Amino acid sequence: MSAAVSRNRLPIAATAGLLLGAAIMVTPLVWTLLLSFKSNAELMRDSATAFSAPYTLENYRSILVGSSVSRWLLNSLIVSLGTTAGVLILCSLAGYAFARLDFPFRRTLFVFVLLGLAVPEQAVILPRHQFFALLGLHNSYPGLILPGLVAPFGVFFMTQYFRAIPRDLDEAAMLDGASRFTLFWKVLLPLTIPAQATLGVFTFLGSWNDYWWPLISATTSDRFTLTVGLASAQMNYAQTSGLGFLMAQAVFASIPILIVYIIFQKQIVRAMAGTAVR
Amino acid sequence: MTRSRGKAGHLSGYAFAGPFLLLYATILVYPLLLGIWLSFQRADLFGARTWVGFDNYARLLTDPTFHQSVLNTFVLALLIVPPLTVIALLLALALNRATRTAAVFRGIFFSSSVLSVTIVTLIWRFILTPDAGLVAEISQVLGREPLPFLSHPDLTIPSLAITTIWWSLGFPIMLFLAGLQQVPPDIYEAAALDRSSRWSTFWRITLPSLRRTLVLVIMLQTAAQLQLFGQAQLLTAGGPSGASRTMVLFIYEVVFGRWDLGYGAAAAEILFLLVLGITLAQYWAITRREAER
Repeated sequence: MSAAVSRNRLPIAATAGLLLGAAIMVTPLVWTLLLSFKSNAELMRDSATAFSAPYTLENYRSILVGSSVSRWLLNSLIVSLGTTAGVLILCSLAGYAFARLDFPFRRTLFVFVLLGLAVPEQAVILPRHQFFALLGLHNSYPGLILPGLVAPFGVFFMTQYFRAIPRDLDEAAMLDGASRFTLFWKVLLPLTIPAQATLGVFTFLGSWNDYWWPLISATTSDRFTLTVGLASAQMNYAQTSGLGFLMAQAVFASIPILIVYIIFQKQIVRAMAGTAVR
Repeated sequence: MTRSRGKAGHLSGYAFAGPFLLLYATILVYPLLLGIWLSFQRADLFGARTWVGFDNYARLLTDPTFHQSVLNTFVLALLIVPPLTVIALLLALALNRATRTAAVFRGIFFSSSVLSVTIVTLIWRFILTPDAGLVAEISQVLGREPLPFLSHPDLTIPSLAITTIWWSLGFPIMLFLAGLQQVPPDIYEAAALDRSSRWSTFWRITLPSLRRTLVLVIMLQTAAQLQLFGQAQLLTAGGPSGASRTMVLFIYEVVFGRWDLGYGAAAAEILFLLVLGITLAQYWAITRREAER
């Protein structure tokens, strides 16, 4: 944090507000964690028993043994990693082209891609569902991954990043006899790694948490992602699983994303800063 | 680009940008146009199509269920966006310091935004539900009847708003923090020399410097909340009897519950126009201010 950080102390009222706010943020998470360590039978009697021992790992064992949750986790990983890899490849290639290469309609096409930023998912999701049904893509990994690959923001972001790299580098590499692809792959791409990390983390988060598209595209349990699987578990909660088991699923499903968040906190914050300054 | 590379540049430009452009055209542009076309059809999910002109739009105009969903959506946006903006701004002001404590608090306020809507609603269901929720347990200790947050027509929308605010705080806080970093420190030093109070410094310096960020936060959040879906579908199922049905939930029910694809597509186009209008308003608000300078 640089210059504009205030150094004076916070007034007491502000400190109190901050603590209250933090408590409101944390309490639901702690409550969830407590419930997940209680036996379903005890919670059935009274969920207030969550505040006292005995605690158990039984719910987590049920997740690992014979529930669909591990399958959903695997699906989520495949879809999110596939989407992230695809977005990074496509947006880097396109970003390089828009920033560095001269081809007919380059400007027009770039503006055309930027217009995509103004299209909300609602405007395309139903016809896309129809279109994918026609292609037989529902309940498949490509069907879940492909829509996430259309990332106009990623193209914009990578184009800006490539533009900021000095052109002297290209000239020098070209004089050394490097082909255009070698130049892109060996010289420029390594320089964009910070941008790749930022775009990658955001794409992964967005894909991991996406609900609308997998809800309508994946309709069989073996193709559910975690978000859709947990939604179905939540809807059926009354008949089937207990409260503790349900909350253990929520905790279990949050772990991968929390790990990503903790590792990439810097990239996330930097990307946000970028959005605001843009 | 130097002229000597012209020809090769043509080909390689398309080789590099082509894959993205191809997907963009088939998975975004084509569905967008198909959606507009579908909104003029009587169409079901299974392929039957009849051209009906503006019939679907005319039906929407007289459909009380749709009206209620539009109203609910706007009420929700109104209950969410202003408090979210103010709370996020206040928190950003308090957390804009280089201490480790501030960093920990920033982490806390951002943590909920990495969770998916399914997990957030799961958590809040068992905060709010009267038979096993945390709020109910607390009210019982205080000797009160737990309120039916998820089933009373007057309480479902506020419950959705609270859940959404809890979920969405992180991003606006980060935007405001980034905006605060852009305020030149010498303005503050000048204010300090003037013995300007904390209050007047905020109104005269901080807030005007944050105008761009403020517009961005309000518009991004409004566009996002007009598309609120998962919370309403999972927490209250739009109920009781439509009291918390949002526009997107309406579209979802029409298409995947009543198989009336053309009608749903028309409703989606109306939502699209609303969101587009807000995006353009944001663009206008930002560029106009820059032109004033």
